[in-house]
Amino acid sequence: MVERRFRGINDPALLALQMLLALLGIAMIYSAGQVEVPSVATGIWTRQLMWLGIALVAFWVATRVPTRWLEWFAPWLYAAAILLLVVVLAIGTGPNTRSWLNFGPVRLQPAEVAKLATILMLARLLSGKDQDFAGLSRLWKPVAVVVVPFALVLLQPDLGSAVIFGVILIAALFWAGVPLVKIFLLVSPAVSLLLGFNWVVWGAWFIIIAGFLYFHRPFIVESIGVILSNFAAGALTAPLWNSLAPYQQNRLLVFLNPEIDARGAGWHLIQSKVAIGSGGLFGQGFAQGPQKRLAFLPEQHTDFLGSVIGEELGFVGVVFFLALFALLLWRLLRIAVDASDDFGGTVVFCISAVVFAHLVVNLGMTVGLMPITGLPLPLLSYGGSFLLLLFTGLGITQRVAGQR
Amino acid sequence: MMTDSRRLAFRRQRGRIALGALTVALAVLLSTFFRLQILRSSQYQLRSEENRLRAIGVPAPRGTIYDRNGLVVAENVPGYVISLLPGPSDTIASTLRRLRSHLEIGPEEEEDLLEENRARPNDPLVLRDNASFEQVSFVEQRRPEFRRVVVEMRPHRRYPAGPAIAHLIGYVNEISETELEQPRYEGYEPGREIGKDGIERQYESQLAGEPGTRYVEVNALGSIVREFDGGLGDPADPGQDLQLGIDLELQMMADSIFPEGMRGGVVALEPRTGEVLLLYSHPTFDPNRFIGGIPTGLWNSLRDDPAKPLLNRVSASAYPPGSTWKLIMATIGMRTGALAIDTYMQHVCTGALAYGNRTFHCWRPGGHGGLDLSGAIKESCNVYFYQAGQRIGLDALTEGAAALGYNQPTGIDLPYETRGLFPESREWFDQRYGARGWTESVVWNLAIGQGENQQSLLRQALFYTALATGEPPIPPHLARSEVLADRRVSWSLDLPDARRRELRDAMIRVANEPRGTAYGFRLDRWTLAGKTGTAQNPHGEPHSWFVGFAPAYDPRIVIAAIVEKGHPDGTVSLAVPLATRLINQYLESIRLPPEPERLQVASSSSASEAIPTP
Repeated sequence: MVERRFRGINDPALLALQMLLALLGIAMIYSAGQVEVPSVATGIWTRQLMWLGIALVAFWVATRVPTRWLEWFAPWLYAAAILLLVVVLAIGTGPNTRSWLNFGPVRLQPAEVAKLATILMLARLLSGKDQDFAGLSRLWKPVAVVVVPFALVLLQPDLGSAVIFGVILIAALFWAGVPLVKIFLLVSPAVSLLLGFNWVVWGAWFIIIAGFLYFHRPFIVESIGVILSNFAAGALTAPLWNSLAPYQQNRLLVFLNPEIDARGAGWHLIQSKVAIGSGGLFGQGFAQGPQKRLAFLPEQHTDFLGSVIGEELGFVGVVFFLALFALLLWRLLRIAVDASDDFGGTVVFCISAVVFAHLVVNLGMTVGLMPITGLPLPLLSYGGSFLLLLFTGLGITQRVAGQR
Repeated sequence: MMTDSRRLAFRRQRGRIALGALTVALAVLLSTFFRLQILRSSQYQLRSEENRLRAIGVPAPRGTIYDRNGLVVAENVPGYVISLLPGPSDTIASTLRRLRSHLEIGPEEEEDLLEENRARPNDPLVLRDNASFEQVSFVEQRRPEFRRVVVEMRPHRRYPAGPAIAHLIGYVNEISETELEQPRYEGYEPGREIGKDGIERQYESQLAGEPGTRYVEVNALGSIVREFDGGLGDPADPGQDLQLGIDLELQMMADSIFPEGMRGGVVALEPRTGEVLLLYSHPTFDPNRFIGGIPTGLWNSLRDDPAKPLLNRVSASAYPPGSTWKLIMATIGMRTGALAIDTYMQHVCTGALAYGNRTFHCWRPGGHGGLDLSGAIKESCNVYFYQAGQRIGLDALTEGAAALGYNQPTGIDLPYETRGLFPESREWFDQRYGARGWTESVVWNLAIGQGENQQSLLRQALFYTALATGEPPIPPHLARSEVLADRRVSWSLDLPDARRRELRDAMIRVANEPRGTAYGFRLDRWTLAGKTGTAQNPHGEPHSWFVGFAPAYDPRIVIAAIVEKGHPDGTVSLAVPLATRLINQYLESIRLPPEPERLQVASSSSASEAIPTP
């Protein structure tokens, strides 16, 4: 594992894809600001352009930092990120949540910093030496590394980012070679949490778990642990649900049936589907979408930028953007597979998982496949912190790409 | 420890799994987008249009109303409505502050507007219903400053003659909530303008037309963004025009010559067609100020004005007919055989006559002496008609009045017509005062047009039309229409024409012979026939009446006029000169040649004068 000579941009196609997506994103943010009603989105594309400049600097810096250094610094970065998450809980700002730290004119989301730090920390934990994943209990370190930021983010509360931390954990474990069955058993309590609503479905879930346990034959203690944690999670469903704010409950409920609150929480989803559906094959034309123009689309520059794409560029536009993302993710996977060291490969794979999760959750939300969680479209949506995270991660990726 | 090659193989395997997951996820997303954007696209396009398009009523221009000579009585002029889109109340208030001096909005009106906005925060706030061109151009030139201000063009009703036609034309205004529930206005939308009174109300269905629809694009807040020209909507169907039998110039003349500071009214009919030539009530108001919302202050001041300018004194209001009733007495008397034109009464007029222990006076304190019916009409002798009433009797009088159409509306095409008041029978008194609460002396009062006897100007004009033509008159009507002109009232004078002419001649004497009560006002070129009246008024000085027609032998105009308290110095009757000047104006305007018979009248009247009068 000798580090090769630094060659700067090792995967120009990846850089081209990320720049293309970021610039198209700014164009769509510009379009999102073309509305008939006074909107914060008007003119905000210039701010995103500024963020892109900052992100490019971060990208360049990341390409210059040897991955070894990152591995060394990972615990310090992780500690700093956790500290930031604690600080933001104390003095943070934001709509309904405490998720932003104000630094004069710019606002930073510590959750995004924490995502990168957690990825680095997990990669450090799970790489370098051969790991023994024979027992579930041996996974306690990576789980603990993720649970801390996960819980802090959930307290903001930012359900969407919390889900991303879960995705990062699964991705890292998956890439480190943890058997799929073990990952399944690890995640099973989360499924219980969702199914705890219905005794019959939840009961069926237990039979499935029992089947896995029987065939997989883990340690007895582990089996008991899995069963107990599933039981606890399912029992927690009702109290947890009741502790959610009504707007959060509504967001989850309208996902099942938007018409139950067509004027309230369901409004966003219905209007988003109307915008996308009315786009048809070729769309209403760039900056022309009436749903967006007349302010029927909420958060059209961040969460629902995908709906603007659907309305204005049509199915053709959606396919084009999905193709760009597919290429980008394919490049990331290739780099992760070909990476000469485990640390870099794990980092790249986790970054690809973050991009993938954001893409699926966000677009799924705009068409009603996913609940409304407020996750932005990667590289496209307005938002500096997330762009910074991605460009830094992609900078690291360029470095990793040079170490095949 | 895994070798590098094993590790690579393992990572490749995990990479393939990840790629598979990616492919599945993208396929699910793609298929969902395909379903929305391709399979169900038309459905969502429709929904998008429903979202942003709003149908808005386009008011139909009301039909133009013309007078008998084609002059415009009511027309539509382009009106500009300046309104403010709904929004936060402080934005509304600040826009209003910036606009108020330019739109001439006073502090009180500003307060009213803000109040209205608080009451209906989601409706556009109308700042100026009839904005001037300067106001519109001020706003239009500063579009970017006033983004929430909307200028719309809307047909605006205008009555060029304004106050002169107020009581016949009515006005238009926004439909009220109670009116919306009436079957008469079925299918009307809130906010639509309807005729509120007069002709505008009476002929609403003809004048209104059908409103059209246009579509506008609205944003998520419901604010209108722009006109949508996607071929949707349909134009408004304008209302039908309407011609009236009214003579607008006569109407304006009545307005200008009506005795200043007095109250009353005047109505003129075309006796051969039943068309109303003139219908004027005084004091009046300007219906133009009612268009597009009556300012509250104006409405209150009109309503509370003791002169009651809103009251239609011609058809909606009844007065004691006074001596104009004497022709009804004469007609009934002739029909029943109680009177002939040369009948003298038992008692000559000495200025008063006793009934039991009560004394009934004549208007002339010195008395008229002995008069026959013709002379009593000419000089309007009360003592004669007390005795005529006595001779006819109460039963024949009530029956006779009913047979001449009294106690019924004339059927004029105006809302709120009064039926007047006249006892229907002996029982009517019993019911009203109790069987012992009244005496036969009521007939004396009734006989001279007092007591339980109140008639509208229009009713009296209609009866005199029958006297003028000898035929059952055509019910009076404002609109010129063959249907309306083809009707006849169900009653007639029921007198041989020779008898009618005797009564007519007596009315000619009123205006053309010395001691006739209207002698000073005879016409120069035509013969005037008529009857004055002095109606006792329990609230003060008596009212001055005149009902008559001209030319007497070929009547072209029947007129009835009243001036309340119209005897300023006790003798002069203000109603007579008012009526005669209007008759002259009308006959001149239709270029009626002077009467050839006029000199014969003079000779016949001198023959009448041969009858000795004390």
